[in-house]
Formats: sequence, C-alpha cells, structure tokens
Amino acid sequence: MTGLLAPLADVALVLGLVLTMAAFLIWYERRLLALWQDRYGPNRVGPFGLLQVVADVIKIFFKEDWVPPFADRTVFVLAPMVIMVAVLMSFAVVPISPEIVVADSSVGVLFILAMSSMTVYASVLGGWASNNKYALLGGLRAAAQMVSYEVFMGISLMGVVVLAGSFRLGDIVEAQSGLWNCVPQFLGMLVFAVAGVAETKRVPFDLPEAEAELVAGYHTEYSGMKFGMFFVGEYLGVTLISALIVLLYFGGWRGPWLPPVVWFLLKTLAVIAVFFLLRASLPRPRFDQLMAYGWKVLLPLALLNLLVTGLVVLS
Amino acid sequence: MTVLFYLAGAVALLAAGLAVSRRNAFHALLYVVVSLLAAAVVFLTLGAPFAAVLEIIVYAGAIIVLFVFVVMMLNLGPEAAPRQHGLLSPATWIGPGVLAAVLLAELVVVITTAGGDAVAGDAVGPREVSHALFGPYVLAVELASFLLLAGLVGAAYLGSGSRTTGGEG
Repeated sequence: MTGLLAPLADVALVLGLVLTMAAFLIWYERRLLALWQDRYGPNRVGPFGLLQVVADVIKIFFKEDWVPPFADRTVFVLAPMVIMVAVLMSFAVVPISPEIVVADSSVGVLFILAMSSMTVYASVLGGWASNNKYALLGGLRAAAQMVSYEVFMGISLMGVVVLAGSFRLGDIVEAQSGLWNCVPQFLGMLVFAVAGVAETKRVPFDLPEAEAELVAGYHTEYSGMKFGMFFVGEYLGVTLISALIVLLYFGGWRGPWLPPVVWFLLKTLAVIAVFFLLRASLPRPRFDQLMAYGWKVLLPLALLNLLVTGLVVLS
Repeated sequence: MTVLFYLAGAVALLAAGLAVSRRNAFHALLYVVVSLLAAAVVFLTLGAPFAAVLEIIVYAGAIIVLFVFVVMMLNLGPEAAPRQHGLLSPATWIGPGVLAAVLLAELVVVITTAGGDAVAGDAVGPREVSHALFGPYVLAVELASFLLLAGLVGAAYLGSGSRTTGGEG
C-alpha cells in the first residue's frame, strides 16, 4: 500500500508546490517591478497584498469564457491545455530535494527538453485556431523563435551532462558537490539562460505576443480561464527554467545549515528575480535581430562551450 | 507494461490512419504529432527511454513544427479542404496499399516466427546507446552526418539567394 501511496504523495506535493509558486510569482513580479520603478505595487488585499492573486483568480473564473465563432473550436480549446500539461509533466523529473522527486528518470534532462519542445504547439495551435491575423503572426513568430532557441538550449546543457556523465538531474546535482557548475560552465549557463528567456517568451524575447504591434499575439482571442492557462503556463515555464538553472549550475538543493528544500526554493526565487529584472530593464529587439542573435552569436558560443568542455574532460 | 504497449500501439495506428484521412491539413498534422507521441510510448515500454525522448525532441518537437509552420504560412485552413477532395480516390491508394500490405505481412511473419514476448524486459539507458553508436556503428553515424552536412550546405546555398543576382551577399 505504501509502495503505491508514496509516489502519489510526491505527485501531489510537487503539483501543489509548483502551482502555488506560479500563482505567487504573479504577486512577486508585480511587487519587484514596483520596487525597481519606485512605486508600491499591489499592497491592499491581505498581508503585503498577497491575496491579490486569489482575488484575481476568483475574478477570472467568473469571466465569460468566449470561443469566437470563426475559430477552429476543438484546436482553440486544446491549445491552452497543451502548455499546462507539457510544463507540469517536466516537473515530474525535477528533484526538489534528494528525497522529493516524482520520477528520477535516467533521461531526465532530455525529457525536459522534449516537453519544452511540446510547449511550442500551445502558441502555434492557439495562433492558428484563433483565425485572426495578429494571432497567426504571433503563432508564426513563436514557432520560428522557439524551434531556433531550442537547438542551442540543448547544446548549452550538454557541457553539464559531460561533466556529470549522466542525464539524470539527481546525478548532475551530486556531481556539483565540490564546485558548482556556474564556474566551469559559465558560458553554457549564459547561453542557457538566454535561451530559457526565449523559450518562455518573456521580455525582451516576447515577440510572439508583442502588444505594441500584435495586440496580444497568439492569445489575442482568448478570454477567461483559457487566457488564464496561457498566463499561468508562462509563469510555470519561468519556474521550470529557473529550477533548471539552479539544478544544473547552482548546485540544486546543496547549501549549509538550512534543509535542502528551503535552499532549492531560495535559489529558484533568486533566479526568478533575475528574470523579472530583465523584464524591468531591457527593451524588445526586432524579430530579425532576435533570429540573427540566436543563430550567429549563441549557437557558436554553445558549440564552443561544448567543444572546450569535451577537450578538458578528455585530456 | 504489456497493456501499455498495446494501448500506445493502437493509439499510434488510429492517429496515423486519421492523419491520412483528414481533409484539413492542420488537423492531419496534429494527428501525426499524436501518432509520434504514441510511438515514443511504445519505445518506452520496449525499454528504450533514450530513443523515446529523442523521438519526441526530433520528430514531434522540431520536424512537425516546421510542417505546421509551412501550413500556417500558406494559410491552409478549412477553406483548402475541398481541394483535397479527389486525392483519396482508389487509383491513388491501391498501389501503395498493396506494398504496405506486403510489408505488414512480412512483419507479422517475423514477429510470429521469432516468438517470445513482444515487450522486452531490460531498459537500455543513454550510456549503452552511446557505446553502441560510437563503437560498432560509428561508420553509419558518420555517413548520416555526411548526408546531413550535404543537406545543410544545400539549404544554405538555396537560402542565400542574392548570389545569382549579384547582391552584396
């Protein structure tokens, strides 16, 4: 009985933690942005404005959930589910502490890359099914951007995999017992972080939903909880990329005095704050600049990083 | 595991059939994605997690996205469906159908004569796959990389465009 219950308890724990975190991030981002922009941010509902998210969720549940008559109904409804399912599936192989992991897969890193390549479909399907020219343009941009940035997202990780000799995230954290990977894999970390921002379509790489030119991009026609799923999916993606950066480059749950889970959460929140700082400080590039930067700068850097790591390990 | 294998196999076959018979190009591509994901589960139940994950990354995550991208660029929506009306006439599918039936018969013969359980036991991890790929099969890997490089150079040449018109490129 316990053999069956223990994995289910892990699943419930991870899902609860991740979804709470994603909701909390909305408040975290608004407060941090306000701090950097010298204003207060949401501080009225509950202590420090923490219940603002709860109020927003209640509001969004009671909004009209409208499917436009010109949309492809099935695909339109399917699209927001894809992003939630794909990102939540990725968390199955993320070890939060040495004990808490749903599936400690031997191909963990690759599984996350596979699931992150599935999230492309959410934007593309949403953009196409909306049957709206802005949404279509957003979907096209999302497809081109995410397929390009996925390539060197994978290559930049391989340096870490070479050092640890395993795709298992637990092994990768164990391999950092001496020195964290952020020192020997500094270049790889930078490339991975940039690719991560592009994969989650955050500012400055939010061209698929660039509100100044495309209304709201691929989710222009979405309303109510379907929009909410795209929105939460984006924050889940940010959490996932930050958790990955912590696991791959900053020693995961390792740290003195405090329990492993606390260290993992603190580090992840710190990396997420960097994501938000990027949003607060950087403007959005043009689309051709984004593609040129990816293929002409980041791809050679990622390959160089892998090459040098391979040389050092083999020599 | 055996139940999972047959379930995923059935889903893959059904999705592949629907992918052929759909008139809407976009829906057909979505069925191809489902079929590939089901094939990945089949690999997983056969004890090949590495192949399963690569199947999703390469086929479902990259190649089909490019197909979807082209369909979106050409905007082949429901309006384009009537144009595919005559494409599934018996004259077009009988030839490939016979060939596929021969292949299926061969496959059935191989499986039934080999005997044993269809679902293998041991999982083959990434380490074993790499040892095989860069050990006994290194020649095949290098030949495949030649082919891909040739394709890459060709695509770069076709894409550069300005060369023939005497532009700055």
